[in-house]
Amino acid sequence: MAGVSDLPPTSSRRQSRKAPGIGLREASLSYQGKVVFENLNLDLPAGRLTCLLGPSGVGKSSLLRYIAGLSGSDSESTVSGHLEFGDSESGTSGIAYLAQQDLLLPWLNVLDNVMLGSRLRGETADRDRAMDLLARVGLAGQEKQRPVQLSGGMRQRVALARTLMEDRPVVLMDEPFSALDAITRYELQHLASSLLAGKTTLLVTHDPLEALRIGHRLLLLTGSPARITESIDPPDAPLRDVATPATAALQATIMRRLTEARRIATAGSDEPRRQVPE
Amino acid sequence: MKLLRPILIFLGLLLFWQMLVSATGVAHYILPGPLAVLNAFYERWPSLLYHAGVTISEILLGLGFGTLLGCLSALILANSRGARLWVLPVLVISQAIPVFALAPILVLWLGYGLASKVVMATLIIYFPVTIAFFDGLRRTDPGWLDLAQVMGGSRWRTLTRVRIPAALPAFASGVRVAASVAPIGAIVGEWVGSSAGLGYLMLHANARLQVDVMFAALLLLALFAVGLYFAIDHGLRHLISWQPDKAL
Repeated sequence: MAGVSDLPPTSSRRQSRKAPGIGLREASLSYQGKVVFENLNLDLPAGRLTCLLGPSGVGKSSLLRYIAGLSGSDSESTVSGHLEFGDSESGTSGIAYLAQQDLLLPWLNVLDNVMLGSRLRGETADRDRAMDLLARVGLAGQEKQRPVQLSGGMRQRVALARTLMEDRPVVLMDEPFSALDAITRYELQHLASSLLAGKTTLLVTHDPLEALRIGHRLLLLTGSPARITESIDPPDAPLRDVATPATAALQATIMRRLTEARRIATAGSDEPRRQVPE
Repeated sequence: MKLLRPILIFLGLLLFWQMLVSATGVAHYILPGPLAVLNAFYERWPSLLYHAGVTISEILLGLGFGTLLGCLSALILANSRGARLWVLPVLVISQAIPVFALAPILVLWLGYGLASKVVMATLIIYFPVTIAFFDGLRRTDPGWLDLAQVMGGSRWRTLTRVRIPAALPAFASGVRVAASVAPIGAIVGEWVGSSAGLGYLMLHANARLQVDVMFAALLLLALFAVGLYFAIDHGLRHLISWQPDKAL
């Protein structure tokens, strides 16, 4: 369980902005007339990694996009509510975003992709820091490669470096590892966990094991409109050994809750599907 | 072998042509043999060169203006809802008018000189470039736009650093089409009314039954059109070298 988690602490410059806690207050979102969530309250503890679990289609990604300020840009959604940041200065400009797709620009090499944020803001990019981050994600010497030359896992490492390059106190991740094979996913979970230490992070995932391995807090989002139905703070710190009896029991609980949630959702819909066996 | 193959194909076609002429004994004013055409090249070289120069200028100018206007229109369409609602339908409907039918009007308005042919070529090039580039611009991966928004990228920089590069493959398809239709615009313009150019030379030679000169002009035009296409294709490939090659 050692390895990447034993990386030296990040440079002092990276710690300059202290991560604030985030509170979501009375948040509502409707899309095409359908209420996704309504009057939702949610707290992301400062400097901690919170995992958001829930059955597919419940609105996990919508919630993450809401926090990222990406909801409501089209005419088909209605948005209300507000975000509270634990400090006064952050706001949505303090957020970095990592999606399920790596979203690397194919015409830029790895280094330029990592420095994309600066380019888009018209700032001078800190090349040395980008190189340092690439080394941290295990891609030293690959900076001149084009994304098309890299494997899926390497591309997601570049995306992770790009996210860290933004140097934002808050990081939102939407199933960033779900498209990777088991071993690559395992490596990247540990890498992300160590590199994101000290940042307020929200990780949307459908994998209870992943959440148990790297999350400080686990939230379950279920129902329609979606609500936070369970908040779990496992006693020990991540990275956890998921083979211990305590975590195994927690995993069983989460699986049971998710299964129930899906059964209720299925029973409530017009077209009944085959019931999930218990 | 890669370079040799087109040369062999070309020589093979010439041989077939000569054999056809010899075997059928067709009159030289119906189908002159390759040797007669070669002779026409030799005897009329200065004149052919001059007229080719005129036509090539028309094509290149038309291609330049058409591509430039097409790019500008696509950018405006992609960034203005008003333009999409009000201008795009007009643009699409205008394509129902065959551009060739406009040739006499253009000659009437702009005269027998270069201008009417350049406008003709521009018109024929404008539409494929506009539509292809516009299509590319509005198909930017939404994930990239989300990323740019969260990163705090301005609208302008998102356009120049993400949307335009992402639209280049589509733009390239439009320009390839444009490069292959550009000579048509110029030649049709010349047929309708002109004082110089390969189209003019062909009409002139036709009236005097100098079919060998016609073939020489045609060959010159074909060579230039093919050369233009490959030069542009090469340039575009260089521009979007990051795209996986799906070429022949």
